[in-house]
Amino acid sequence: MSDNVLTVEFVTPEARIFSGKAKMVSARTLEGDLGVLPGHTPLLGVLVDGKVVIKAVDGADQEFEVHGGFLSVANNRVSILGEAGAQ
Amino acid sequence: MGAQLRIYRRRIRSVKSTKKITRAMELISASRIVKAQQRVAASTPYANELTRAVSAVATFSNTNHPLTTESENPKRAAVLIITADRGMAGAYSTNAIKEAEGLIVTLKERGLQVLTYVVGRKAVNYYKFRNRAVRNSWTGFSDKPTYANAKEISTELIAAFLKDAAVDVDGVDELHIVFTEFKSMVTQIALNKRMLPLEVVEAEGPAPAGLLPMYEFEPNAGEVLNALLPRYIESRVYNALLQSAASEHAARRRAMKSATDNADELIKSLTRLANAARQAEITQEISEIVGGADALASANAGSE
Repeated sequence: MSDNVLTVEFVTPEARIFSGKAKMVSARTLEGDLGVLPGHTPLLGVLVDGKVVIKAVDGADQEFEVHGGFLSVANNRVSILGEAGAQ
Repeated sequence: MGAQLRIYRRRIRSVKSTKKITRAMELISASRIVKAQQRVAASTPYANELTRAVSAVATFSNTNHPLTTESENPKRAAVLIITADRGMAGAYSTNAIKEAEGLIVTLKERGLQVLTYVVGRKAVNYYKFRNRAVRNSWTGFSDKPTYANAKEISTELIAAFLKDAAVDVDGVDELHIVFTEFKSMVTQIALNKRMLPLEVVEAEGPAPAGLLPMYEFEPNAGEVLNALLPRYIESRVYNALLQSAASEHAARRRAMKSATDNADELIKSLTRLANAARQAEITQEISEIVGGADALASANAGSE
């Protein structure tokens, strides 16, 4: 947990959409927009249809459409489970 | 050419063209097994993450969810049978149906009423031919199921499960699924599993290092569980469909391989018979000629 990066996995039942390191992840949950930075407290949230933005370590932003799903954060590991997703 | 020989040649030709077809089907199935396995592999990360999430919620909340609650007095059970849409796959569909029949007998012995849900034209025909009721059926995707198919099936099954079986004739207390597990290229086993009520089992393999972290839930544990559990069922149904599809291709490949081998055998023995017939024809012609020459010679000798 000493390194300040997030390990992000974005998976759907049919494919793995994104896998890699990131500085920040933002997504929209039932309660509103949510940003995850390294060191975030463990969290399990329900996502609503919308955009997921992954700020990769090299600076490039990657936007994905997500169609229902979950976000789980623990020990700087973020997993996004979408029912359907696209870049 | 004699009649006998002509018939043999015709049969050889027809077996040869059958062999071409079975050989082609064998090769097609072989390539589809690989694709089906890749699809199973592609769905694994999602299933693993989902299982982690479900066990996290289940560990840290004592929320009772309808999908995990056992009925004290179960009345009705649903059985989902997954078979193939097409034949030519050896005993693949038959095995799944047999397994289901066994399960239905055990359920009935427990005093439960059984509602059947079927996937695949083979099971549909089996039940239709025997005039047995089927609650619902899905066909047309057995060799290449998508997540949308799994979702459609699960939605209906979960809806049936959530109805109160005591008052509603559509409601069920248990859900079992019969599918064919793809163990390897040569082994596929038809088996049944209870899907609902859910027992959340920790993912196989070594337990994750340390304890699971204390999660915060957004909006709250109950809501998260409400959203998670149906997805969990869907992913399990999807996995069952994918494994069945891979098994179907493997079974078809094996059936077609033995058909091709049998055609080879048949061609071999027919060729032998045809050769013998041809030789017999030649021998007969020679003896006719010799006999004719002999008769002529003796007739000429008598006149001189």
